Amino acid sequence: MTSTTSTPSPYRWQRFTTAQRLVRFVAYLGTVAVLVWAVRDLDIYWPWVWDAPVQIRDLFVRMSPPKLTGLVPIGQALIETVHIATLATVLSLLLALPTAYLAAQNTTPHPALLWLARLIVVSTRSVNTIIWALLFVAIFGPGVVAGILAIAFRSIGFVGKLMAEAIEEIDKRQVEAIEATGAGRGKVVLYGIVPQVLPAFFAVAILRWDINIRESTVLGLVGAGGIGLILQGAIDLFDWQTVATVLIAILGVVVLGEFVSAALRRRVL
Amino acid sequence: MSVASPAARRTWRRPPAIANPYLRYGLYGLIAAYLVWAVTSLQVSWERVVQGIPRAVTIFGRALPPDFSRRSLLVDGFVESIQIAIIATFLGVLLSVVLGILAARNVVPRAVYLVGRAIIAVARSFHPVIVAIIFVKAVGFGPIAGILTLIVYSIGFVGKLMAEAIEEIDPGQVEAVRATGGGFLKVLAYAVFPQVLPRQVGLSIYQLDSNLRASAIVGIVGAGGIGGTLTNAFKRFDYDFAFAILIVMIAIILVSEALSGRIRKGLT
Repeated sequence: MTSTTSTPSPYRWQRFTTAQRLVRFVAYLGTVAVLVWAVRDLDIYWPWVWDAPVQIRDLFVRMSPPKLTGLVPIGQALIETVHIATLATVLSLLLALPTAYLAAQNTTPHPALLWLARLIVVSTRSVNTIIWALLFVAIFGPGVVAGILAIAFRSIGFVGKLMAEAIEEIDKRQVEAIEATGAGRGKVVLYGIVPQVLPAFFAVAILRWDINIRESTVLGLVGAGGIGLILQGAIDLFDWQTVATVLIAILGVVVLGEFVSAALRRRVL
Repeated sequence: MSVASPAARRTWRRPPAIANPYLRYGLYGLIAAYLVWAVTSLQVSWERVVQGIPRAVTIFGRALPPDFSRRSLLVDGFVESIQIAIIATFLGVLLSVVLGILAARNVVPRAVYLVGRAIIAVARSFHPVIVAIIFVKAVGFGPIAGILTLIVYSIGFVGKLMAEAIEEIDPGQVEAVRATGGGFLKVLAYAVFPQVLPRQVGLSIYQLDSNLRASAIVGIVGAGGIGGTLTNAFKRFDYDFAFAILIVMIAIILVSEALSGRIRKGLT
């Protein structure tokens, strides 16, 4: 940085250094290259793409106005959908808490169990609800049992992961204090760990219930109960006005679920 | 307290979560009643559940060992899913920027804001599979329906967070650009975007990861990608092939999650 060099070049402000600009340029180039590859390699039938706006508009025209008959079965199916979500959430909490206990580094009794629990968490979380539903429909036949199990299994990983993280973050002095009184393992968990993770537990349970309501609306598409069954039936019959009614009903129940969970969160936390 | 016997004083009980006993037992009663209602109102056929257990054993027996021999089918399906996710993320994020602006209270008039918020709320409320089944009916089977579905899915998430990010910006910069006589587009370009762009890049990468997960399932209703292959394997009772698809799916999701987390950490 010799300041005595020749005529100062006209100062030009630049937000990024050359290296930064180079990195950005490479990133942009990479993005464009990947995008071009995806578009060119994908099996797209272009006339359908140009036709899509017309077709979508046409579908909306056929959907309106929503049909107002057959509201009773739709209402019953909605209640069933909510029941599936709630029961599945309860079941998943029962299954996920022991998993979380084993999957937390500071409470797991044995490293092998730690890895087993983590395997359960990862695999249940990565397989989507609808894929679980396919599996359980194949096992138990179409119906709500398959739906409840599908949502519960998917939730195990989610709840288990978050609760294991909560357990790993607890203040270990409280645990030591209980241990110092000579309490057994059960008492240590009950008085040393549970009170510390209870807020996280409620938060996770409410969050998952909210997500599960949304998830349970699609179970019927693979035969696992709930409102999706009516949706699939109406689509198969090209009864678009009923489809519109069902979609509005789903929107309503999801928004309602969001309100209820927001209210619960304010109350409990 | 002073009149309590020494023995009573020594036994400590954990304070209950809800102090008022009437409220507490009332709540427990309500929860129990709800659970009973829910379980009894759902038509559960227990015989079928019992019959299912040997069937589960058969299915898992047939799923092992996983069959990776139909490699081309497997690879093609996943490549298509990944391509759908990439295109949908690009278009979805672009549209989310527009909708994010329309749904930010501090940069647009109230009427526009309400419309923007409503679009985002609707996009968020529907599960991608439901959106996919509608698009499949509208534009036919194949990846186009999948791309459209994931665009809607991206708008619901990125659009919402984008709008929230714009609402949280420093108004000083907006005022400064306005004071120089800059119009709406100038305000966006020089005062709004520079403040939300870092967040936007992170969000896009996160959404790419989410779209990759979702692209694996929209195929179940015919919207392209590996989901279709998986459903077919299930329907044809090729459980060993289905299991192979699932294993690859979990692996891809884990790698994508780790990569996306790594990149987002590197950005900030």
